[in-house]
Amino acid sequence: MNETAAQPILSVNNIEVIYNHVILVLKGVSLSVPEGGIVALLGANGAGKTTTLKAISNLLGAERGEVTKGSIVFKDDQVEALSPNDLVKRGCIQVMEGRHCFGHLTVEENLMTGAYTRKDGHGAIRDDLDLVYSYFPRLKERRSSQAGYTSGGEQQMCAIGRALMSRPNMILLDEPSMGLAPQLVEEIFEIVKLLNEKEGVSFLLAEQNTNVALRYATYGYILEAGRIVLDGDAAALRDNEDVKEFYLGVGGEGRKSFRDVKHYKRRKRWLS
Amino acid sequence: MLFFIETVLSGLMAGVMYSLVALGFVLIFKASGIFNFAQGVFCLFAALTFVGIMEKTGVPWPVSFVLTVGVMIALAWAIERFLLSHLVNQEPIILFMATIGLAYFLEGLGDLMWGSDVKPLDIGLPSGASDWMLDTFDIYVEKLEVVAAVVAAALVTGLAVFFQKTRIGRALRAVADDHQAALSVGISLRTIWVIVWSVAGIVALVAGIMWGAKSGVQFSLSLIALKALPVLILGGFTSIPGAIVGGLIIGVGEKVAEIYLGPFVGGAIENWFAYMLALAFLLVRPQGLFGERIIERV
Repeated sequence: MNETAAQPILSVNNIEVIYNHVILVLKGVSLSVPEGGIVALLGANGAGKTTTLKAISNLLGAERGEVTKGSIVFKDDQVEALSPNDLVKRGCIQVMEGRHCFGHLTVEENLMTGAYTRKDGHGAIRDDLDLVYSYFPRLKERRSSQAGYTSGGEQQMCAIGRALMSRPNMILLDEPSMGLAPQLVEEIFEIVKLLNEKEGVSFLLAEQNTNVALRYATYGYILEAGRIVLDGDAAALRDNEDVKEFYLGVGGEGRKSFRDVKHYKRRKRWLS
Repeated sequence: MLFFIETVLSGLMAGVMYSLVALGFVLIFKASGIFNFAQGVFCLFAALTFVGIMEKTGVPWPVSFVLTVGVMIALAWAIERFLLSHLVNQEPIILFMATIGLAYFLEGLGDLMWGSDVKPLDIGLPSGASDWMLDTFDIYVEKLEVVAAVVAAALVTGLAVFFQKTRIGRALRAVADDHQAALSVGISLRTIWVIVWSVAGIVALVAGIMWGAKSGVQFSLSLIALKALPVLILGGFTSIPGAIVGGLIIGVGEKVAEIYLGPFVGGAIENWFAYMLALAFLLVRPQGLFGERIIERV
């Protein structure tokens, strides 16, 4: 469906998600993430971004959600029936929206929980801890304070660092910008880019902050009401008139009369 | 003065016994947010199994101990498999009701398997007064209670190390903090629950043996769970040190109140003092002495 040259590490094929046996949230979503890519999943509140990520990481079960159609393929294996635990072992981990650090554990203990599934010994885990600290020097300063008492930015770093400790090939990053100052958002995204380049981690990034996300991602999908309505290279999406109008808040040529404002109605462009 | 010290000491020792029972509650509450009403019956069931195995097969007590540990682990697995896994995401009160059901089920099962008569538990634990204390300080101390205190101390130290230093211990605390996040980093809740319930079962076994040695293994053993409640309220539901300190305070408070306040109100203070203390505590410090404060960043 997309023309990226690299082999996809993750592909989601036409999945449907139903909550509580009745509420249809995703109505046939397909996307793919190339090996070593950063792909952004954009959309407003309730569009289904988090549900898509949780469907991939299999955290839906705990919320009585269920993938009822379609398939999810990670590194050539079908994974939609696996437990989150299995998926983390295979190298796909989610950083949840709202950070979700373990508040009563210290920052370092938080990071160590990320290595829970690893079996490659203390030495390797120790090395990775140092690696995480090299990316997030702030965490090293606060390593022995309870995570609940650290700032929002530090908690986000802690959550990403914790995911890194599992030695993932792919991180599903849900709304890393939530509740952070613009400067910190840049800082976090810079680190995401660095991790992508240096550690070869692929990212699927759910974001409401379209502006930042499209600057760091290589490819983007726009999700509306449980369907993907638009996808393309990040640069192309940034220049798309509809994206500008609805997601970037720039309508092009200056102030407009309300008569000229586009109605919130789109051409039908369902992908699947 | 000597008499006062004696009172306090005997209170401390009784308190240790309460702490042992309260520990089991704390473990399960911490890791799964479930108030396990069946913890008292756990003690009874474990002690019954322990004595029953010795009686029926005639094996020495260490063998029986190991076998009973196996039974408690199997029980934990069964509870997870047939009870908890079907009740994921339910309200705490529903889980609480489930543990009440579990309590009666286990009571019946213990009865069915080992009979309902009072069984003496004799594994050679020392009893009677400690001569040495009597001779040197002129203080009366029960040997059994000293043993209980030492065992409790060892158990608590072991648990503390387990929780603070090991991978599984860290995972347990992580689960206690945030189920969802624990899932997301690949911690399997089912494994963790089996481990927690197993540990609680083993703690119950130790507590059951101590109480059994004191007063025989009988069905009233399951009622000591009720004595653990004020201990928990005092110490905090989520704190292991809290369970210990709470138990000690209740133990000492009871004995001292019985002896020094009892005569003024006609005695029998021991039966209700703990609950009054807990009630007063709830008004002042609802999270208990060592309960985890809810961290809220503003």
